[in-house]
Amino acid sequence: MRDGRKQVRKYPRVNNLLLLSDPTRARALAQVIEKLAPEHPVKIVHVCGTHEATITEHGLRRFLPDNVEVLEGPGCPVCVTPTRDIDAAVKIARKGAILCTFGDMTRVPGTEMTLADARADGADVRVVLSAAEAVNIARHTDREVVFFGVGFETTTPMTAAILLDDPPPNLSVIVSHKLIPPAMTALLDLPDNRISAYLAPGHVSVIIGEYPYVPFPRDYGIPTVIGGFEPLDILYAVALILRQIKEASPKVENGYPRAVKPEGNRRALELIGRVFAPTDVVWRGIGTISQSGLRLRDEFAQFDARVRFGVTGEEGEETVPGCRCPDVLTARAVPTDCPLFRTTCTPLHPIGPCMVGVEAACNIWYRYGGRPKL
Amino acid sequence: MTADDRITAMHGAGGELMDRFLRDHILTAFTAKSAGRIGLDALDDGATVNLPTGGELVVTTDSHVVNPIFFPGGDIGRLAAAGTLNDLAVMGARPVALTLGLILEEGFPLVDLNRIIHSIAATLDEVGVPLIAGDTKVMGKGELDKIAINTTGVGTTAHAVSDAAISPGDIVIVTGTIGDHGMALLACREEFHLETTLESDVAPIWPLIERALAVGGIKAMKDPTRGGLAAVLNEMASKSGATIEIEESNIPIRDPVHGLASLLGISPLAVANEGKAVIVVAADAADAVLAALRAHPLGENAAIIGTVTAAYPGKVVLATAVGGRRFLEPPLGDPVPRIC
Repeated sequence: MRDGRKQVRKYPRVNNLLLLSDPTRARALAQVIEKLAPEHPVKIVHVCGTHEATITEHGLRRFLPDNVEVLEGPGCPVCVTPTRDIDAAVKIARKGAILCTFGDMTRVPGTEMTLADARADGADVRVVLSAAEAVNIARHTDREVVFFGVGFETTTPMTAAILLDDPPPNLSVIVSHKLIPPAMTALLDLPDNRISAYLAPGHVSVIIGEYPYVPFPRDYGIPTVIGGFEPLDILYAVALILRQIKEASPKVENGYPRAVKPEGNRRALELIGRVFAPTDVVWRGIGTISQSGLRLRDEFAQFDARVRFGVTGEEGEETVPGCRCPDVLTARAVPTDCPLFRTTCTPLHPIGPCMVGVEAACNIWYRYGGRPKL
Repeated sequence: MTADDRITAMHGAGGELMDRFLRDHILTAFTAKSAGRIGLDALDDGATVNLPTGGELVVTTDSHVVNPIFFPGGDIGRLAAAGTLNDLAVMGARPVALTLGLILEEGFPLVDLNRIIHSIAATLDEVGVPLIAGDTKVMGKGELDKIAINTTGVGTTAHAVSDAAISPGDIVIVTGTIGDHGMALLACREEFHLETTLESDVAPIWPLIERALAVGGIKAMKDPTRGGLAAVLNEMASKSGATIEIEESNIPIRDPVHGLASLLGISPLAVANEGKAVIVVAADAADAVLAALRAHPLGENAAIIGTVTAAYPGKVVLATAVGGRRFLEPPLGDPVPRIC
């Protein structure tokens, strides 16, 4: 059933992963956390859907003192994609192109409709798991194929790689890639952010390294610890954060050294730099953040789907009245603070983008039962 | 028309949307819905018909589509036969006979059809059940993806086991490792380009269930197919208004299933099993039932995974391996991998 063309990947070594969810070690770390926790409230913000999934899936908040909260910020690429980008994708799909994107994107509300609505209406919208899959589709058709590229520094190198690898002429890209550090800066600039510390995203840090976080402790006095994705990784990172708070010595600390190098992944950064340049973009629920997004460099302009299809970005409605996604995305509310959560807003009928993405806070809290004291 | 006005894949995925669809569009359309103790409204694995001679006839039907049709550890034929036989088994019914409805796409290779038919025959032979009726339809090229199979099964029992009679103090047992079928199928999906040693667990489990029934003390049974262990535990808890508390570290899961699950960000508790049952037993019978299960090759990995309490009516609580606690919610539909 297999042929030589297929790439073989091994699943990770399970024994090591199991060690990272060992209950005895978890209890020991919980005791350390208890000892290090100050009297005053501590609000730790992470910006990664996978962090939220680990925390909620493993019931980790049970290990934290009541005054230490860990909240998700703008960590879900699906959620922060602005209406105008969805609208552009819908328009291009309805012009007859094969529109390829990640699964959750098809359900994010645009001004008039979602990509799933467009598909039900006859547009050719396809779910892919990678940018390379879109290239493969393009190589086997004469039709125009458009890849709707979303995601942070983790998925951007793949989009860059396909554009650098002699892409077929019928392929183009809607670029909606974003950069995490500028969003973290924007959150700290919000007047009522109350952020005590950042739990920095492990996957993004694998690419960008430690240095982009330096301004947070230096300019804002915010402890910043890079964390991995196993339960003990997260408890360990929280302990490091609390120690920094206790010692009043904010710095960038790497709590995930088995994957993150200080300088990041130079090859991936080089790929991004050759294809993209930073630009101001809109984050749904937050607004425009300076130099927080990426645009194609001029030499790749022929692959810009918006240009190829003559679709310009227009301002769209970014939030629904009553929906607290803007507060949830900026870690100023938890999903259960929103009156729509679980009442009218559910994963089957999402009202705000935070209920759509499987990496989004509301969706995760819905699926894993929120933060009950069990 | 929006996507909400049409049938989507989620309507058949065994999650909350399918449940709502059945209640809003099927159950309300019929007035006569039972011919015995357990009828359509129970949404159980099968229904009962009272026999004039005493005892109950159990009837169940299931349609099967799967991609790919041949997968590691089985094929659509074995799946179609075992799926229906197992629905009878978890109703506590000895399978008596099966029917077979084939819907084929024009151009389907005869050699593949023969493989599938022989696989059905071999599966029925394992439990000594005859095939007593059938039907074949052919649809035009492109009107169907290769093949769909419907099987209807009938079985008999003195008193069928429902899935809605659990109470605090009862013990929850699974008959073996969880997540094998669903993860094996995910692994062989073209787009993941994975090569693993995973195999589906698809098998008829009546011989195993028969041993457990002989011990006695069984309150409820279900086979954790679509929606996986998470779906059936929630169904049992909500139908009885009880709480099921599960110890994650006691759930038997094979290493490769764990590995693939964490790679894809998909919980092994949310994917299908095709050769397993969840059995809720009275506390004083638990050890004897477990021993009976483990004495059979299909039950060698059987384990006690939790207890029934009254703490959060209708909910399932998971004590996680690392020592946290959370609700285990039913899956919404087919799980999708995370982007990053």
